[in-house]
Amino acid sequence: MLQVPTLAEMKSAGTQPDVLFWVGCAGSFDDRAKKITKAFALLLEKAGIKFAVLGTEESCTGDPAKRAGNEFLFQMQAFGNIQVMNNYGVKNIVTTCPHCFNTLKNEYPELGGNYVVKHHSEYLQELLNSGKLSIQGGAFKGKKITFHDPCYLGRANGVYEAPRALIEKLDSELVELKRSRAKGLCCGAGGAQMFKEAEKGNKEINVERSEEALAANPDIIAAGCPFCNTMLTDGVKHFEKEDKVKVYDLAELVAKAEDLI
Amino acid sequence: MIEQILFFCVLCLAIFFFAKSLRFIIRNIKLGKDLNLSDQKSTRFKTMLKVAFGQTKMAARPVPFILHFLVYAGFLIINLEVLEIIIDGLFGTHRVFSFMGGFYDFLIGSFEILALLVLVSCVVFLIRRNVLRIKRFFGREMTAWPKADANYILIIEIVLMAAFLKMNAADYLLQNMGAEHYVKAGSFPVSKYLFAPFFEGFSQSNLILIERAGWWFHILGILAFLNYLPFSKHFHIMLAFPNTYYSNLNAKGGLTNMASVKKEVELMMDPSADPFAAPAPDPDAPPTRFGAKDVTDLDWRQLMNAYTCTECGRCTSECPANITGKKLSPRAIMMATRDRLDEAGKCLDKNGEINDGKSLLNDYITEEELWACTSCNACTEACPVNIDPLSIIIDLRRYLVLEESKAPNELNMMSTNIENNGAPWQFSQQDRLKWKSE
Repeated sequence: MLQVPTLAEMKSAGTQPDVLFWVGCAGSFDDRAKKITKAFALLLEKAGIKFAVLGTEESCTGDPAKRAGNEFLFQMQAFGNIQVMNNYGVKNIVTTCPHCFNTLKNEYPELGGNYVVKHHSEYLQELLNSGKLSIQGGAFKGKKITFHDPCYLGRANGVYEAPRALIEKLDSELVELKRSRAKGLCCGAGGAQMFKEAEKGNKEINVERSEEALAANPDIIAAGCPFCNTMLTDGVKHFEKEDKVKVYDLAELVAKAEDLI
Repeated sequence: MIEQILFFCVLCLAIFFFAKSLRFIIRNIKLGKDLNLSDQKSTRFKTMLKVAFGQTKMAARPVPFILHFLVYAGFLIINLEVLEIIIDGLFGTHRVFSFMGGFYDFLIGSFEILALLVLVSCVVFLIRRNVLRIKRFFGREMTAWPKADANYILIIEIVLMAAFLKMNAADYLLQNMGAEHYVKAGSFPVSKYLFAPFFEGFSQSNLILIERAGWWFHILGILAFLNYLPFSKHFHIMLAFPNTYYSNLNAKGGLTNMASVKKEVELMMDPSADPFAAPAPDPDAPPTRFGAKDVTDLDWRQLMNAYTCTECGRCTSECPANITGKKLSPRAIMMATRDRLDEAGKCLDKNGEINDGKSLLNDYITEEELWACTSCNACTEACPVNIDPLSIIIDLRRYLVLEESKAPNELNMMSTNIENNGAPWQFSQQDRLKWKSE
């Protein structure tokens, strides 16, 4: 069975992990996102990385509260999380959620939380480059894969290449969307929109984006964010294309190529 | 001599009124909250050179980029000619820089070519707006005045360039006639062919009249245009430079951490903190708000952003909310901020305080717009002069939530969940590791 130690367990065993895997709320509770979490944990295990999670000591980073204007709640969350992580002496963090990634990386330092934070696409790329992971077999050979840039990974933090490098390593064909990289269109979930109905308009944002993604005629739409994943999955369903086009996270793609899932 | 005195008076008046408008705008920007941006001077300077001077962000759309670059280059370079015109006007000289000889011919020649390119570009711009009716020039916030403003600017530029070429054409003919005062100087590769043929056979006195009329029209036009700028979206030609200098240099994804909230949270979380140690609040100090309700709650950079906006609509055309028919338009946020600031400034001048009972929120920007934003940063990425509508949206949301508890109900539920169980959904924190064994 998959071994996922918590920081508390490691501390009582007198050791420290190389990296903290910040799972995030979606990764912990959302049924779809939990599969991403598991896929990434399996990859970490396969690469022989000494990692740990916070488990029940993890709490929301405060990202949606902050974007919804509730700065007070955000800072309370940040304060708590920073205290926990600093007590454990956390130095490196990797996360599968670009929203957690952005908040931990850009908003925590000023509040006393200074860590090296990486998105799992960057982390996986490093593992592949250093040879700790190597993709074998051609599960995706010849498949057309398109990548949807998550706003909080791309525009917000300038990470455009790592996800694409992963897809190219899969021996598949990467097709770019019309609006990609810095011009990528939001999936509609950011800024706490995930948790509310959209304002009155003539279209849902995820439908607009999924329409564009389907127009590229891919076999797989790759996402790097659990929220984008949900929005795009719903969008593909809207067009009744869920049998033909699958939405997968980058971690799932690599884990599949490794025959881990 | 009378002409010189008249010119001196006009010049002084133009500068006086322009300075007055400028003072009004600078004072208004300073109504914003303090923000220390004196750091990273060399990075800031480089950003300004790249984004404002080099117009790198315009390149995303090649057609307007090229046309705009021609107008921009023309504007910058032809201004050298304005310097000569002002000196000639003050001292009664004619083409005072002509002593440069061959180089002067080259200069005037290139001014003429640029003037023609500016003229053609402006005509194409007019066609894009009024005939092709490109979508981003329309929209809810593009009411009669913003549309007229855009057309006025283009027409004024066309007329100014035409006056410049007409003046040169008459001058060229006068020089060929050997008219007194009209020294042979400059080359006229455009006006020679485009305007001079119309004046062929005119008497010397008529040509002098045409040349003088062109000269006066050109300089009066420029001075009038200078005074139009502060009332127009065209003011971006000045503010683009400081605005990019003071750009946000951090990762776009990071929002500011409110210092006022940080203080409160620290006091609350620190068991050893003495709640009475904080200095007693000054009873005369104006009440400070969490977040922004009116323009004076924003910082000066956000207010400068508002005066810099030239309403090009790149932000709105890339905004996912706007694309899908929501009311939110980042351009409207910037225009509303500028219009409210202008109104508040006038009220302050009249009454000594901003007491018109209006505010940016509600009177200018609705809650519906604010809650439609996905904070995706498409608008800040698209803006050619690094304006940040998102920070204003977030500050207004902060006011709604922290001061008035007026978030949409679903967001209140989300906040309650985060408070109670550390996740935006109703799941127990104790179940965070369940995925491992599922």
